[in-house]
Amino acid sequence: MKEILALWMARNREYYRDKGSLFWSFVATPFIVIVLAIAFSSESQEVFRAGLLVTSSSTQTSMFTEDPAIQLIAYTDAQEALRRVQFHQLDILITTEAPLRYWVNPESAKGRLLEKLLISDTTEPWQREEIKGQPIRYIDWVIPGILAMNMMFSGLWGIGYVIVRYRKNGVLKRLQATPLRAWQFLLSQAFSRLFIMLSVTILVFIACDVFLDFMMVGSHLLLLLIAIVGNLAIISMSLLMAARTASEELANGLLNLISFPMLLLSELWFSLDDAPQWLQDFSLMLPLTHLVKAARRVMLEGAGFTDIIPQLGVLVIMTLLFVTLAGIMFRWHND
Amino acid sequence: MDAIHLAYMTTILEVRNLTKSFRSLKAVDDVSFSIPQGACFGLLGPNGAGKTTTIEIIEGIKKPSSGEILYKGKPRDRKFSEQTGIQFQSTALMDYLKTHEVLTLFSKLYPRSQPIDHLIELCQLEEFLDTYATRLSGGQRQRLLLAVALINDPEILFLDEPTTGLDPQSRRNFWSLIRDIKAQGKTVLLTTHYMEEAELLCDQLVIMDKGKIIVDGSPEALLQQYFDHSYVCIDQRDFHGDINALTSPAEEREDCIAIATSTVEKTLSELVSLNINLRSLRVKSPSLDDLFLKLTGHRLRE
Repeated sequence: MKEILALWMARNREYYRDKGSLFWSFVATPFIVIVLAIAFSSESQEVFRAGLLVTSSSTQTSMFTEDPAIQLIAYTDAQEALRRVQFHQLDILITTEAPLRYWVNPESAKGRLLEKLLISDTTEPWQREEIKGQPIRYIDWVIPGILAMNMMFSGLWGIGYVIVRYRKNGVLKRLQATPLRAWQFLLSQAFSRLFIMLSVTILVFIACDVFLDFMMVGSHLLLLLIAIVGNLAIISMSLLMAARTASEELANGLLNLISFPMLLLSELWFSLDDAPQWLQDFSLMLPLTHLVKAARRVMLEGAGFTDIIPQLGVLVIMTLLFVTLAGIMFRWHND
Repeated sequence: MDAIHLAYMTTILEVRNLTKSFRSLKAVDDVSFSIPQGACFGLLGPNGAGKTTTIEIIEGIKKPSSGEILYKGKPRDRKFSEQTGIQFQSTALMDYLKTHEVLTLFSKLYPRSQPIDHLIELCQLEEFLDTYATRLSGGQRQRLLLAVALINDPEILFLDEPTTGLDPQSRRNFWSLIRDIKAQGKTVLLTTHYMEEAELLCDQLVIMDKGKIIVDGSPEALLQQYFDHSYVCIDQRDFHGDINALTSPAEEREDCIAIATSTVEKTLSELVSLNINLRSLRVKSPSLDDLFLKLTGHRLRE
C-alpha cells in the first residue's frame, strides 16, 4: 500500500508542477465554456424541429416534409421524444397512429407556431397534448459535454502518454528493478489521474455554475458517481493503449485515433438524433457517449440512480474489459 | 583483495551458459562466470560486446534465450529484487521530482530501506537536494542514481557503465564512492569499457568481445600471465629513425612509439646511443587495453 501511495503522491506532484497541464485544466476549459456561452446566448436556432413518433401501426406522413425550414426527426422511443418536447429541444411531436395526436410545450413559442401550422394544414382531427417544462439552453446541454471532453483529454493523455514516456526514457525500467509489481504501478497512476480529474472537474464545474448558472436538476452525488465511473472507463482505455507502446509519436497517433471519434460522435457538441442509425449505434461503443448521456439525464432531467443504471453498467463493463486486457498486455519495457 | 582470498569466499552469483539471441545476432554467447561475495567483479569490453545485455539478464530486466542464473545457489526469486541495487546505463527520473523526493519515493518501494540521510552523505547529495532531477549535471545525476541503487542497502550492486559521459574529475569522484561501498563489504558487478576503471576497482573480471568471454581472472594475474614486459613510450615527434632497427619490438600508436621490453635499462641505453630525445619518455606497464589488443587485434575503444 505504501508503494501505491508514494507513486500516487509523486505523480500528483508531477501534475501540479507542470504548468502546461495546469493551464489546460484551469484556463483552457473554462475559456471554451465561456466562449460557447457567449456564442450561443442568443438562442438563435434557425430551424424548426418536429418529431415524428414511429410505431408499428403508424403510417407515412407528408406533414412538415416539404418545408425546408422544418426538420423532421423520427423517434421510436416515445419517452425520449416526449422529454425533448418538455425541454424545448423538439418544437412539436406528432404521431400518425390513430388517434392522430401531437404534443406541444405551451411555453415554447416555436412549438405554438408549428401547432398552428399543423392544424391549419389539414382537416384531420388532431388531438392536442401538453407537456410543460423549462427550456434547456444550448449551454445547459453542452456543459456536461465540455466537462466530459476535458475528462477525456486529461484521462487519455495524462495516463497513456505519461506511461509511454516513462517507458521510453527508462523510468519504467528503473521501477521494474524494484520489488514494485505492475498492478501496483498501474493502480497508483490510475488513482492519481482519477483524483486530479475529479478535483479539476469539480472546480471547473463550480466556476462555470457561478458565472453561467447552468441547469442542474438532479443529485450532485449521483453526478459525482457518474464522473468517477466514467473517468475510470477512460483511464482504463488509456492504460490499454499504453500497455506496450514505446514511442511517443505512435502513442499520440493512437490517442488521437481514440479521442476523435469520441469528440465527434459522443454527443459532446451536438445531438446525433438526426444522424444515420449505424452512426448512432457506433457511438454506443464509445465510453464517453454513456458518460455524457448519464450526466445529461441527471443534470437536465433530474434522473435518479435507477434511471442511469444502463449507462453505468456499460461503463463498468468497459472498465473491467480494458483493465483486464491492459493488465495482461502490460510490459515494463520493450526488448 | 587477491584471487586466493576470493577463492575461499562463498559465491553469491553464478551465471551458467547464458545465451541471448536477437534474431540472427547472438548478443551473449554461452557466457559463464561466478562472483564471490564481497568482490568487485568487472565485465570489461568495447561497446557492443554484450556487457549490458548480460548484466540486464542477470538483473532480471531481460529474459535469456538459454542459460541459468543462481543467486546464493538458487534460481532468483522475489527476494532477489529486494536484495539487489541497480544503476542502469541510461535512466531518466520523473520530470518534476526533486532529489530528496526521488529518494523518498524509491525508499517506499522496498520493504526495508537505508536512512536517507546516510545516503545523502555517502553519495554527496547535500548541495542539490532541492533541485529537480532533470536539472542535475551528469556527475550529480549518477550520484543520485547510485543513491537510488543503494536505497535498499543491497547485498549486490549492479553498475552498468556508471562513469560513461562523466568528466575526469566526476569519474574519479565516482570511483572513490565505489571504493567506499566496496569497503562496506558489498558485492559489486560493474560493466565498463574503461580499462583504467576496471584495473582500479575490480578484484576479478571477465573480458568480453562479440558476446563471448575471451579471458577471465584478476587484473594483476591476467597482466602477469600475458605480459613479461613493460612499454617504453616516446612521442612520435621525438623519434626519428626506423622503429624496426630497435632490438625490442616496437609499434606506432596514436600518440607515441611504444617499445615492448623486459629490460628497460637496455632499451634506454639503446635509445641514448641512437641519439633520441628522451624528454617525452614514459615507462608504462601493460594495461588491460594492451591485453585486449593482444587477444583480439583491436582496441577496447574502437
